[in-house]
Amino acid sequence: MAEKTIATFEVRRLEILDEEGNADKALMPSLTGDDIRGIYEKMLLSRAFDERALRLQREGRLGTYASIRGQEAAQAASAFAAEKSDWIFPSFRETGVQITVGYPIFMLFQYWSGDERGMKCPDDLSVFPICISVSTHLPHAVGAAIAMKLKKQKKAAIVYFGDGATSKGDFHEAFNMAGVFKAPVVFICQNNQWAISVPLSRQTAARTLAQKALAYGFPGIQVDGNDVFAVYRAASEALHKARDGEGPSFIECQTYRISDHTTADDSSRYRPAREVEYWRAKDPIKRLKTYMEKEGLLTEDYQRQLEEKNESALDEAFRKMEEIGPPPPSEMFARTFKEPTRREDIEMRSFVDGGG
Amino acid sequence: MAVVNMVQALNMALRQEMEKDPSVLVLGEDVGVNGGVFRVTEGLLERFGGERVMDTPLSECGIVGAAIGMAAFGFLPVAEIQFMGFIYGAFDQLASHASRLRARSRGRFSCPLVIRTPYGAGIKAIELHSESTEALFAHIPGLKVVVPSGPASAKGLLTSAIRDPDPVLFLEPARLYRMIKEEVPEGPYTIPIGRARMARKGRGLTIISWGSMLQKTMKAAEGFDADVIDLQSLSPWDEEAVMASVKKTGRAVIVQEAPRTCGFASEIAACLAEEAIAYLRAPVMRVAAYDVVMPLARLEDFYMPGIGTIRKTIEEALKY
Repeated sequence: MAEKTIATFEVRRLEILDEEGNADKALMPSLTGDDIRGIYEKMLLSRAFDERALRLQREGRLGTYASIRGQEAAQAASAFAAEKSDWIFPSFRETGVQITVGYPIFMLFQYWSGDERGMKCPDDLSVFPICISVSTHLPHAVGAAIAMKLKKQKKAAIVYFGDGATSKGDFHEAFNMAGVFKAPVVFICQNNQWAISVPLSRQTAARTLAQKALAYGFPGIQVDGNDVFAVYRAASEALHKARDGEGPSFIECQTYRISDHTTADDSSRYRPAREVEYWRAKDPIKRLKTYMEKEGLLTEDYQRQLEEKNESALDEAFRKMEEIGPPPPSEMFARTFKEPTRREDIEMRSFVDGGG
Repeated sequence: MAVVNMVQALNMALRQEMEKDPSVLVLGEDVGVNGGVFRVTEGLLERFGGERVMDTPLSECGIVGAAIGMAAFGFLPVAEIQFMGFIYGAFDQLASHASRLRARSRGRFSCPLVIRTPYGAGIKAIELHSESTEALFAHIPGLKVVVPSGPASAKGLLTSAIRDPDPVLFLEPARLYRMIKEEVPEGPYTIPIGRARMARKGRGLTIISWGSMLQKTMKAAEGFDADVIDLQSLSPWDEEAVMASVKKTGRAVIVQEAPRTCGFASEIAACLAEEAIAYLRAPVMRVAAYDVVMPLARLEDFYMPGIGTIRKTIEEALKY
């Protein structure tokens, strides 16, 4: 008889780009100058969208919106690592992911203005509808990944969620199932430290979120979520592994939600301003910009052109959304089932006969 | 024709649909090596292999959630929840996702999955193995709810459920699994979802029932000049058949195994009040279980509506 250690685990953290814009050459992922500019452009567009959405909401021209400010690196860099054939399962705070993979911006405006047609992913993209109910989409990504594996496709599913999601049963059931079925899925947590007013210390007593994957038999890593290169490298490696049949991975991107939870929230009620300022100084866009300036990848001209291009793209997208207008009420009756039931027909007729 | 019980009939349907369409998958707890705790999936693992017949972790939310992902990506998963009493861990997945995916993706995705689960009292089981909570699910737009009442309807309805382009909750009355045998066609056939079956023809009274209560209802109706309608589907349900019969007979008794308050019988009664009131010669009557927490095995026979209660209610309706 003996008492001995039968398993030990360690949790790694990856950092490549520091706050002064210096990258660790040994850890740097293989990204060309164009790639880096590509990620930067998506981050900038995501932020511009975010600012525009907040403004439009205040003006009463858009509904409740969940800001992604501060999370642009975690979103753009991970989505940039995805292939067009990989499938993305976003939560409600993933505008940067959607923008990075080319989701039409007018459709994002449509959705956030309360029009489901904005959630009809174009046929040439692979993005599942946004999930509102926290963490309930994780099992879908696992099921989709099992489907890809059964079809012997070299694809992966990528599912995004926040730190609050790690407290829910769906998270654990999905992680467990992914491990058991060795499903080609990459779980990406944007640990932005706050679930509305509840801090991470109230979500978990664990030292990291990354370590939760270890209990389910697959690797988990924590990365500096405001560091595009660390996020890209971790996501890229995890996706390759998944596509090569080596099973799931979990990436905890440690980042911060600079804005309120949504436009319906006031975060000054529950968190100190100095904490927000501390994280504002770690801004992911500023950090990458400093790096690009040092590397000669960014000029003032290029920056100005980008900003102008983004503003006009947003103008045009919002105009397009307004031109399309609200959905006709008949939309409400469409697609509950493939074929409407007799009861639905009766209800739709009575709606029409009643003058709507 | 083969003379089989409901377990065998369901197994035939699964086997035949899996033979016909390689995208049909079976997943759930104990469905593979063990063939399901009621043996409905017996032999499927041997025939179709582990990629199509998947023993899963004990994880109701994970099973249904993963089935949604599989369904959205081209498969036709048939997931088993071992008992209806354990389905609530997956309720969120059914109510928030499976039933909404077609609408909220504006048709880009659909969710053609089947959730099979045994339900109902009368098998002397332990706690939470015997309830009838079909009305909770029939209340969810976008989810179909189907309840067979015998081997022949079980096979035809399950075949339809598997082929249906939308999510179907398929409730199997556990008490009937091995209780009755019927002649069942050997080959595949379908019974349309949303259509009732006239189990018996009569003139003086309409009795409406489904699933586990149909057998008792048929016995109770003996000697009365009654239409007995086996609803077969609760969502959508065959309003036309029920209305036509009640307009003819002028009397309606609805028999359910579930507690009375907000049960599916209430929906039928409300529709009759709206659409057939001018034809009614008697109040619409419900036979239902008590609004109590379901007792364990030693009291379950007192809890379940019995043949005597159904007969008394029929006699009451005929007094008018």
